[in-house]
Amino acid sequence: MDDRPYTKTDLMICVAARLFQDATTAFIGTGIPMLAAALATKTVAPNLVPVFEFGGTGAILEKLPRAVGESRTFHKGLVASGICDTMETAQRGFIDYGFLGGAQIDAYGNLNSTTIGDHDHPRARLPGSGGGNDVGSLCWMTVAIMQHEKRRFIPKVDFITTPGYLSGPGAREAAGLPRGSGPINVVSTLALMDYDRDTCRMRLVATHPGVTVEEVVANTGFELLIADHVGGNAPPSVQELRLLREEIDPERLCT
Amino acid sequence: MQVLESGRGELIQPPDLEAFREWNRSYKPRKLIDKLMTEREAISRFVTDGCYIGTELYGTVRCPMSLCREVVRQGKKNLRVCGQGVLELDLWLAAGLVKKLDITYIGLEVYGITCALRRAVESGQVETCVEWSNGAISWRMKAAAMGVPFIATRSMLGTDTFAYSAAKVVEDPFTGLKVCLLPALILDVGLIHVHRADRFGNAQIDGISGFAAEMARASKRLIISAEEIVPTEEIRKQPDRTIIPYYLVDAVVHAPFGSYPGEMAYVYGRDEIAVREWVEASKTPEGAQAYLDKYIHGVNDHVEYLALIGQKRLTQMVAERERRE
Repeated sequence: MDDRPYTKTDLMICVAARLFQDATTAFIGTGIPMLAAALATKTVAPNLVPVFEFGGTGAILEKLPRAVGESRTFHKGLVASGICDTMETAQRGFIDYGFLGGAQIDAYGNLNSTTIGDHDHPRARLPGSGGGNDVGSLCWMTVAIMQHEKRRFIPKVDFITTPGYLSGPGAREAAGLPRGSGPINVVSTLALMDYDRDTCRMRLVATHPGVTVEEVVANTGFELLIADHVGGNAPPSVQELRLLREEIDPERLCT
Repeated sequence: MQVLESGRGELIQPPDLEAFREWNRSYKPRKLIDKLMTEREAISRFVTDGCYIGTELYGTVRCPMSLCREVVRQGKKNLRVCGQGVLELDLWLAAGLVKKLDITYIGLEVYGITCALRRAVESGQVETCVEWSNGAISWRMKAAAMGVPFIATRSMLGTDTFAYSAAKVVEDPFTGLKVCLLPALILDVGLIHVHRADRFGNAQIDGISGFAAEMARASKRLIISAEEIVPTEEIRKQPDRTIIPYYLVDAVVHAPFGSYPGEMAYVYGRDEIAVREWVEASKTPEGAQAYLDKYIHGVNDHVEYLALIGQKRLTQMVAERERRE
């Protein structure tokens, strides 16, 4: 048996994978979301229909896609169409989940992947929205997967690339975003969060093994709500680790 | 219809639909004309300094890399670009060709942020970045393809992506919903790489089609590069696969391995080592310049480029292709 210790990223992938529901549609972003989706199809969600923005729908994720347009995103797939089709499918309400990454997140789940500092004179120019804004706008439920650091979990993101709950309750609907859509979870390197129904603010619901509530709070730059009963996320199982290391990411692109 | 909010970004390429119709009437022959030419001829004839240009799909996937390298080789300047890009736009940014960007995503996928984009934008060399989502930029082309001035979407609302775009929010007169209106995007030049085309420009793509259909119909000048040039009889055997009809096309370039070091579905896989070579080289201006000197300015054309890469690598990429099983 492989007795190497699991990494923080391994754990984050496993916790994210367990959030997938079987027989649902899910928009999958580049990187960690792809690993989590691949693991989910081999464990909790064998009938998951992954959707990749440039047209791949219903692929069998035998090998890890490294990009949202590459051949592995429609390997033995059900559909190979184009970006207008996938985005319009989300806009019509057919895509249940969206799994996204981001550089910064705030208490309402707004994500920044555009600029650090002023937009017109940025300290750092990041890649931009890509399909992120569309996914966060149009899927029913979005899940962000992030490194948990104080400089990333901040009171106000420098730029709202992708909408969470914007300024709070009712703000999405007031802006014209589809009714009943929005972020539901954040999976970080430290914990699992959801959003409080009344305030739309991020709330700690379960910590990773060996992580204390205080540690999560200390690494969060805004006031994090704490659930009445904070649970513990199970460490990666032997099976999850084997699948990740041997089948899904043998080249260890993401560690 | 009342405008409720306006993005503050510049509308870099305002659409003129009447002019587009006139253009399509006057400069797009209905006759089947042999348009086969080299990268050099196609780029020098149709890409001008200051033009508004777009590429499809993106850097590592079915991307017209041989055409993009030729744009660098010819030193086209002050380009206004929509992207959606990985390696291809990175090369243009590193070469200092880009003046304005309708930007959706320029990055290196799993390798993260691009240093070439950072240098070009943070130094002010790129004068303007107007923000859009990937869906939005594709729908803007779709509006142009439809021949209408704008298209409505429920994306981008409430965000800074909208605030720094050139879109507008209005109240829909039918339902009362707030919707985001995206202006049609008519490109001066579109570059698209396909699996096969005939000499006249009838083009077919295997696998996902990205936004090829929309960009082809939204471009005043369209340059197609193709892995394979086939007789028109082959096209006529499966006309259902012709995503780009000949009358949209101005130039057809035969470019085997045209997407290398990116992939081409069912033909060859991506060369991860070569992708990483750019990721490393582009970390410094000197490294990026050395890369451009070696792989673009150091060779005359795509044929010499492929010789530099070597048959062994190319054969290996063919072996690593996605297969139909």
